[in-house]
Amino acid sequence: MKEKTWFSYYLKSISGVIGGILILIMFAISILSALGLTPHDPLIQDPVNALQGPSAQYWFGTDQFGRDILSRCMDGMRRSMLVSVVAVSIASLVGVLLGIVGGYFGKFLDGFVVRFSDVIFAFPAILLALAIVNSLGNSWIDTSLAIAVVYTPIFIRVARGPVLTVKEMDYVKAVRILGFSTPKVLFSHILPNVLPPIVIQVALSMSWAILTESGLSFLGLGTQPPDASLGLMVSEAQSLAAFAWWTLAFPSLFITIAVVGLNLVGDGLRDSLDPSRRSS
Amino acid sequence: MNKRLPSTVFFTRLASVLTTLFGISIFVFIVLRVIPGDSITGSLGIETGALSPEQIEALRVYYGIDKSLFGQYFSWMGSFLTGDFGYAYSNGVSVLELTKSALPVTIQLALFGTIFGVILGISVGMFSASKPGSIRDFAGQFFGLLALAVPGFVLATTIVTVMANVFGYFPNGFEYMSPWEDPWMNFQQMMFPSLVLGIAVAAPVMRTTRSALLETVDKDFIRTAHGKGVKHQVVQFKHVLRNSLIPIVTMTGIQFGYLLGGAVITEKIFAMPGMGRQILDAINKREYATVQSSIMIFAIMFVLINLITDIIYRRIDPRIK
Repeated sequence: MKEKTWFSYYLKSISGVIGGILILIMFAISILSALGLTPHDPLIQDPVNALQGPSAQYWFGTDQFGRDILSRCMDGMRRSMLVSVVAVSIASLVGVLLGIVGGYFGKFLDGFVVRFSDVIFAFPAILLALAIVNSLGNSWIDTSLAIAVVYTPIFIRVARGPVLTVKEMDYVKAVRILGFSTPKVLFSHILPNVLPPIVIQVALSMSWAILTESGLSFLGLGTQPPDASLGLMVSEAQSLAAFAWWTLAFPSLFITIAVVGLNLVGDGLRDSLDPSRRSS
Repeated sequence: MNKRLPSTVFFTRLASVLTTLFGISIFVFIVLRVIPGDSITGSLGIETGALSPEQIEALRVYYGIDKSLFGQYFSWMGSFLTGDFGYAYSNGVSVLELTKSALPVTIQLALFGTIFGVILGISVGMFSASKPGSIRDFAGQFFGLLALAVPGFVLATTIVTVMANVFGYFPNGFEYMSPWEDPWMNFQQMMFPSLVLGIAVAAPVMRTTRSALLETVDKDFIRTAHGKGVKHQVVQFKHVLRNSLIPIVTMTGIQFGYLLGGAVITEKIFAMPGMGRQILDAINKREYATVQSSIMIFAIMFVLINLITDIIYRRIDPRIK
């Protein structure tokens, strides 16, 4: 009988499937926006139609400048997704590399890696991101870098822990005695065996990255007007929501759906990658 | 056997805390002082170009950036450790004075938020775990997911809008009152921001409580307690909850730290004059001395909280040595 892949287990997880669908929708929206396929131009102002409620023409209504909120939400989602993907890619690559190398070699190098992650852990995420963005600048690359720095230590910890156990196992000793080169041992034999928690962490970190990104733009750092960003839209809605609820509701909904989706994907991955939690 | 004297444990911990703080100070220094250019362009902007070389030199001496990086770091640390956190350029108020009035606000907010979040989180967690797989478990988990996913600034903005416009009740619209000036007003002003922060704390506490309880319930000593005829409620609180406390306390400690970060946004929305708003104001006004010292103070608080969490769970579980 053919062995079941993790994907067939993943499909059995209700959270995983719902989360996957939500995230696919949000990715599709981001791609549509990247291709310029939004219902209206997210930047074009139309003062005559300012603060219109949801209608057939403007599904999510318009903002104080008559810009289409659906189009701006789509564009904002694209920016959040971009920052989240880039930041978590950097954080996971750097963090996993440092964690595996530190855990495997131990001694001074490991001590340095652990101290480094302790130091970064000593700052509340949004505060550290705030300080770094303040120093670097407001482009999406700066925001991504800031968020990457904030979430690197999590990947260091997640990768380093299991490496400490795995490196003492007989199969690792065996491949070392067989004379495999150190990088080969690290990346062909150790990495695959510590991968599941890292993959789960990627999904969770992406959700935190979206929250951090929108938090930064809410505070006026990161994406600058007139460009659309979900956090910035919520911030602008502060003075409008009392008489135009849609300015607050829809960007909030977009952030929440993306974060819920990524968390559910994380749950689904946990259920399908951890053999002890698999329900046959 | 690894029996170490308690004092050895204490000094090891202390040494590691001190190294971390040293690392933090270097990190803050690099991120805030070295990267963003210098304080002259920071405070004068493009007008810096109009200064004569002599004026620039005088300003460099004034801001202390004529020294080497090492010199700058040590003079900053030297004054920081003696309680001289620098001065705000715009009005000359010392950062120490600012911090003295801002820090209690943030600490009170964080405490209220944590207490509310822990009570809510443990209650929903127990509610969920009492019947795994049922509708109430689903409702509890759904709450946990939403509390995790709705950003604090969305919740806060919604509360402000609804309270101020629908109910016409918005205590944060008035000038901030400390608990010594007007306890009742202070309580009302703390209520909504701590609610926002508390819900963010409640989500992970709820998840941790639920899984910890479900794990403990399966243990033999719980079955024994039930078998002895101990009342269900007593078993739930005295045996199950007590033995699930360690992960819950750890999670609370971690969350308390994050909550300090959440305070930055919450204080801004609810106009609370705390540390978070102090940092944001300083960033907007490009007051680097204030930003640098305030972030350093934040980080020290965070490290202290982790230390306290560590001590508390050593107390709860005598097995941890």
